[in-house]
Amino acid sequence: MEPDVARPMFDTDELVINMGPQHPATHGVLRVVLKLDGEKVVDADVVIGYLHRGVEKLSENRDWTQIVLLTDRLDYVASAAANLAYVETVEKLLSLEVPRRARYIRTILAELQRLASHLVWLGSHAMDIGAVTVFLYCLRERELILDLFEEYCGARLTYNSMRIGGLPQDLPPNWDKKVLQFCDIQLEKLVEYETLLTHNRIWLERTKGIGVISAADAIAVGLCGPPLRGSGVVRDVRKDEPYAAYAEMEFDVPVGTNGDTYDRYLVRLEEIRQSVRIIRQALGGLPEGPVMGKVPRLIKPPAGETYHANESPKGEIGYFIASDGKSTSPYRLRVRPPSFCNLQALPQLVRGHLVADVIALIGTIDIVLGEVDR
Amino acid sequence: MIDLLVIPLIKIVIVLTGVLITVMYLVLLERKVQAWVQVRLGPMRVGPHGVLQPIADVLKLFVKEDITPVRADKVVFTLAPIIVLVPAIIAFAVIPFGDQVSIFGKPVPLHIADLNVGLLYIVAVASIGIYGIILGGWSSNSKYPLLGALRASAQLISYEVAVTLTFVSVILVSGSLSMVDIVTAQKANGVWFAFVQPLALSIYFVGALAETNRSPFDLPEAEQELVAGFHTEYSGMRFALFFLAEYANMIVVSAVATTLFFGGWLRPFPSVAFLHFLDFVPTWIWFVVKTFLVLYLFLWIRATLPRYRYDQLMRLGWKVLIPLAIANIIVTAAVKVALSD
Repeated sequence: MEPDVARPMFDTDELVINMGPQHPATHGVLRVVLKLDGEKVVDADVVIGYLHRGVEKLSENRDWTQIVLLTDRLDYVASAAANLAYVETVEKLLSLEVPRRARYIRTILAELQRLASHLVWLGSHAMDIGAVTVFLYCLRERELILDLFEEYCGARLTYNSMRIGGLPQDLPPNWDKKVLQFCDIQLEKLVEYETLLTHNRIWLERTKGIGVISAADAIAVGLCGPPLRGSGVVRDVRKDEPYAAYAEMEFDVPVGTNGDTYDRYLVRLEEIRQSVRIIRQALGGLPEGPVMGKVPRLIKPPAGETYHANESPKGEIGYFIASDGKSTSPYRLRVRPPSFCNLQALPQLVRGHLVADVIALIGTIDIVLGEVDR
Repeated sequence: MIDLLVIPLIKIVIVLTGVLITVMYLVLLERKVQAWVQVRLGPMRVGPHGVLQPIADVLKLFVKEDITPVRADKVVFTLAPIIVLVPAIIAFAVIPFGDQVSIFGKPVPLHIADLNVGLLYIVAVASIGIYGIILGGWSSNSKYPLLGALRASAQLISYEVAVTLTFVSVILVSGSLSMVDIVTAQKANGVWFAFVQPLALSIYFVGALAETNRSPFDLPEAEQELVAGFHTEYSGMRFALFFLAEYANMIVVSAVATTLFFGGWLRPFPSVAFLHFLDFVPTWIWFVVKTFLVLYLFLWIRATLPRYRYDQLMRLGWKVLIPLAIANIIVTAAVKVALSD
């Protein structure tokens, strides 16, 4: 016995808290194991896999065309973006030529999808920080986008809106006018969200200087999409490796300077404006012609492998596909999900912040668990 | 005998019923106001425009299973919601709802008691409620409630300091601690104390938001972070008591704001002679209208603002509100001394 060894006067224990998988603010079934010192986060451990459905393995037993359906279920907030990346990868494998009109319509759909996804992000991010009203305002505009999609392809969430070689159908009559109308509404309502948040003192205090990540760190940890641009890195697949009709579009790539939550917020808001700009251009210059290219009846790409990436609303979504040239399904399909790659920055972002910031930071990297777990 | 027992008892019954019904409908009003702000309809199903929703809610809470966690401290767990609710309701004892009215030729003042230390009584009673919140979070024997309770105690205690300091400046102006005297002082003064003490009013209002756990200071029960805060483990009727207490507290702080700053039962512009025709409105109606306008501000703010973070809230309380309140007292006292000479 050593009675002289005194306990420290203020004995501190770390408190381990399980945030999720059932928690009101972890966006689905994310589980974060937090080590707390008081309210300060010492460490965070992200546990994923609660929504794993084996999409990649399932793909090995599906037709090339059937896999489009599976990609819907990856990022279910932005399924058109996932569709687009997949069909383009297969087209690359097949060396297919896609009609110009189809590429334009794909661009419009992808940008509408970006708007829808950013609206969900803004709404849930604001709600996590306590501004519930913004959430309902955002969903009000998202509803209009869902209506547009419903009119185009019949579905409101999982669209299955792309085909290998083109599109399932041409635009419905008057659809373009409705989209233009929506663009006006969106820009008008964007001001409304900004009035509630951008210069709000509480919002500034909750987001400025929270979760700062430098450009070098962001690249090292593999961030992509708006979080990467928020740190000031000019990287946008739409500009750097143009696909669909982006090469013919004029748009800016907004970047932040401080790499904090507020900058990521500003970057996404500006992206909403740029998306509207792209949609207006694409609708203005929409070429005539077929929407489906010449596609062999039996899709059987030659043996080989390829990787192709798109800029989804969440970041760089890529597909690596290997074909053995014999079967009608891929030999191996691997998704590079932006949410998954961005999520690994979370422990680095939250360290040293308070519990309340963890919620803001989960919101700022904009994850969808369907895509993280696949 | 009648003056001593019967009339006060009748008043207590009326006030208690009134408060409970107001609480029920305040919840509905909150949901409706929030819904209107958020381009929704709010409750529409129970009764026309959902007017019977509160009754359905209360029934639901009554018949729900009342769970006590196995490892909870059962006595304290049951006691905590009661400790929170009782002070919230007995605070109404000193609120003057109106001027004297005569019933059957008998003058009846529209308050239960006119304590000469009424304001002090409210401060004292309000601080007991915090005790119940701490006990509730602690006795649940669970992590989120514990964190919520710690947040709550720190927040409520620090904001109570600021709120109480604003009372001091009002007392300096009115020269009395009695709620009735404070109202009559505003009548004698000619203007509401809101115009005499605007700084005290703003500090009081911010402090009141924090003291009642309302947005943007609703950290103790921040559902996005702490699930439900200190009452996470509560269900059924015991949860309902916490809920009731929160809204009763909102009414108390609004009623106190009305009494101290907005002239209580006085009509608008009590000194402007040509508005005398407004006197036909019973005094208690002015009181109710003013209180509800203040309550509406609570709801409006909730629908508009994001939530503060814990440390920012503490900073605001200790570094901004309390120094400002103290400065306000000093200035008020100095002016009072200068004027009395």
